[in-house]
Amino acid sequence: MPTLQTFKRLFHPALMIFLGLAGLYVVALVYATGESLLAAVMLLTLACFLWIYSSAKTYAYRYLFPGIGAALIFVVFPMLYTVRIGFTNYSSKNLLTFKRATNYLLEETYRADGATYNTSLHAEGARWRLRLEDADTAKAFVTEPLSLAPEKPQVLKATPAPAAALGEEMPMRDLIAHQAALKTLSVQMPDGGEVRMTGLREFAPARQQYTLNKDGSLTNNQDQSLLRPNLRTGFYETASGDTVDPGFQVDIGWKHYGYILTDTGAREPFLRIFVWTVVFAGLSVLFTFSLGVVLAVLLSWENLRFRSVYRLLLFLPYAIPGFIMILVFKGLFNNNMGEINIVLSGLFGIKPAWFSDPLLAKTMILIVNTWLGFPYMMVITMGLIKAIPLDLYEASAVAGAGPLTNFFKITLPLIIKPLTPLLISSFAFNFNNFVLINLLTGGRPDILNTSLPAGTTDILATYTYRIAFEDSGQQFGLAAAISTLIFLMVAAISIIQIRATRITQDDKR
Amino acid sequence: MAIVIDKNQRWRLLAAHAFLISLCAMVIFPLLMVVSISLRPGNFATGTLIPETISLEHWRFALGIPSPGPDGQLIKPDLPVLLWLWNSVKVATLSATVCLFLSTTAAYAFARMKFAGKKTALLGLMLMQMFPTVLALIAIHAIFSRIGHVFPLFGVDSHWALVLAYSGGIALHIWTIKGFYETIPPEIEEAATVDGATPWQAFWRVLLPMSLPILMVVFLLAFIGAILEYPQASILLRTQDHLTLAAGMKQFLYPQKYLWGDFAAAAILSGLPISIVFILAQRWMISGLTSGANKG
Repeated sequence: MPTLQTFKRLFHPALMIFLGLAGLYVVALVYATGESLLAAVMLLTLACFLWIYSSAKTYAYRYLFPGIGAALIFVVFPMLYTVRIGFTNYSSKNLLTFKRATNYLLEETYRADGATYNTSLHAEGARWRLRLEDADTAKAFVTEPLSLAPEKPQVLKATPAPAAALGEEMPMRDLIAHQAALKTLSVQMPDGGEVRMTGLREFAPARQQYTLNKDGSLTNNQDQSLLRPNLRTGFYETASGDTVDPGFQVDIGWKHYGYILTDTGAREPFLRIFVWTVVFAGLSVLFTFSLGVVLAVLLSWENLRFRSVYRLLLFLPYAIPGFIMILVFKGLFNNNMGEINIVLSGLFGIKPAWFSDPLLAKTMILIVNTWLGFPYMMVITMGLIKAIPLDLYEASAVAGAGPLTNFFKITLPLIIKPLTPLLISSFAFNFNNFVLINLLTGGRPDILNTSLPAGTTDILATYTYRIAFEDSGQQFGLAAAISTLIFLMVAAISIIQIRATRITQDDKR
Repeated sequence: MAIVIDKNQRWRLLAAHAFLISLCAMVIFPLLMVVSISLRPGNFATGTLIPETISLEHWRFALGIPSPGPDGQLIKPDLPVLLWLWNSVKVATLSATVCLFLSTTAAYAFARMKFAGKKTALLGLMLMQMFPTVLALIAIHAIFSRIGHVFPLFGVDSHWALVLAYSGGIALHIWTIKGFYETIPPEIEEAATVDGATPWQAFWRVLLPMSLPILMVVFLLAFIGAILEYPQASILLRTQDHLTLAAGMKQFLYPQKYLWGDFAAAAILSGLPISIVFILAQRWMISGLTSGANKG
């Protein structure tokens, strides 16, 4: 069967060429929408794909490509991109790319002289007709049927309205929902004029506000003034220097870093938050570790009864989803209605303000984090204690040592070394324990008199989140710059951790 | 002398029991409270810890059953807990499947093949693991909103965006599976290759069926990881009906709308199955991992 063999031989190259062309087509489509970065990433991925799956030399990479590709695109690339954003003015004011901001301005219209029409939409089957009524003369016109999900801007012709009644009118609620589609409509009136949507129920002659000039500036068609893009501030500016919204993203160099490190309104909260982040992570490790070790020692004590019952109960906090338990504690600690304060006021007559006093809020966070974290330490330490040879304890018993001596002279020194990398990774985890802080206190109570929203219980990770997603300014660029600083800190912790792991492994040999 | 030690020991045992019991009480107190709160009428504390009258209103809310409001009209609960749970399960199943596919193939190359940059890639995977994605939230948000301009299906507020975002976090899974593959003697696949199998067939027909236990473990790990993931879900999902459980649950406890009782019922309803899956997975994981080690 030569044909089948030829087919088999040709199938792979043919498939590759087909996939390559299809991929290029999609990339071109993406590029045409103005997302050049996305298109570049896709093109690079496509090129790697074609090379790896058509060359015989790259056989091993065929297995790696999907996994490593996903990791590179969705984990490594976002991190690099964060660093990149840290050097831009990306924020809610400068949200769009330069191209999109320009297009936005070019789509702006202003109302020119001419008749105004009151409009209404009337159903005709699945499509709609626009009825326009001259506001002064009450002369009515009707357009050809139109679709509300147009693929491209529609130009419709209007004719004098027939006497026959039109279909049912579209209610206001739907009208608002379809506003975006209606804005793209332009209607040609029988007298030659062209009208566009100027209000929810109003069409009027509208003209393009700006015309793009060859040098990149925009001419305002209404008053012939010029707008020039300022690539340092990220705004189109008038001759007198007034900015015109929307702004666009531009590089601003090290400005954010300068701001964080030199502006007193920003530096002071940043340092306070940094100190609390370290204190929080350190104390969390200390508390979970101490409690975990004590419990592990107790539960390894042969003479103690009901050990398995205790172990099961004490393991529970580890099994319950963290986000649910954190919210449960948020409710239980509630200042006025929380069950913990009901118990405390019943027993001691006090009602601590867990959420409004900074020190109490920090205490609460540490209590909750210890509750959540000790079972893990306990389980790990129990495993390590099992590995300690029993004759060590027998020898110490012969020497007449008590349990405290045993613990500090035998158990602790033997488990602390293998535990060190784990403690560091626990520190690194808590250093960025976003979920706990964000769900429990949200960083509050806030520090007063700061230029950015900053809380007394905020850690660095939640601080950047608030700057980027909760503050109305949505200063993505600034938050990304702070994230970059955290990257450096995490990198430092990672180096220490790798060192510590190596030392432990060397000891084992 | 021996008697003295015994007496000492009895005191110590007693102290240990007292300590452990009080600690267990502290562990169980919040859990029991949640059950009690979910059965207590009203959303505000009444001053007693054990409910005097049992009311099922919160459970109705959590299950999405309409209940009569103050004016007698039927009110449908406005926080769709069951839908969120379903969204969570959906996203977690999809992303665990994707992660499993991506990590098994990559782990195979790492365990069995020689190629340039292997050491660097393995080290890179380990380093990647140390940088939490929460630090890249801004970029992730920016990337998916830009993707959404072109492909709305994968943009912000879509479950597919979340699946894609989770698909990158496979470093640990690759290491786990690679470790398992290395316990299986390569001679088995070599025998298959001698019989005329391509490397892909040796992987797909011989190695994969033997690694079923570890694949299940990794699937469960990825599944639980996706269910518990909060930061990315909270920035990538917007619409009420698209939220996952982790992203939606905080809506119960906004100061202006404090649904403490309803939250308690919802927490048990959604937390219990997840916890049970987690405990089962933990047990199973230990047996799965050791059974793999025995094969080697």
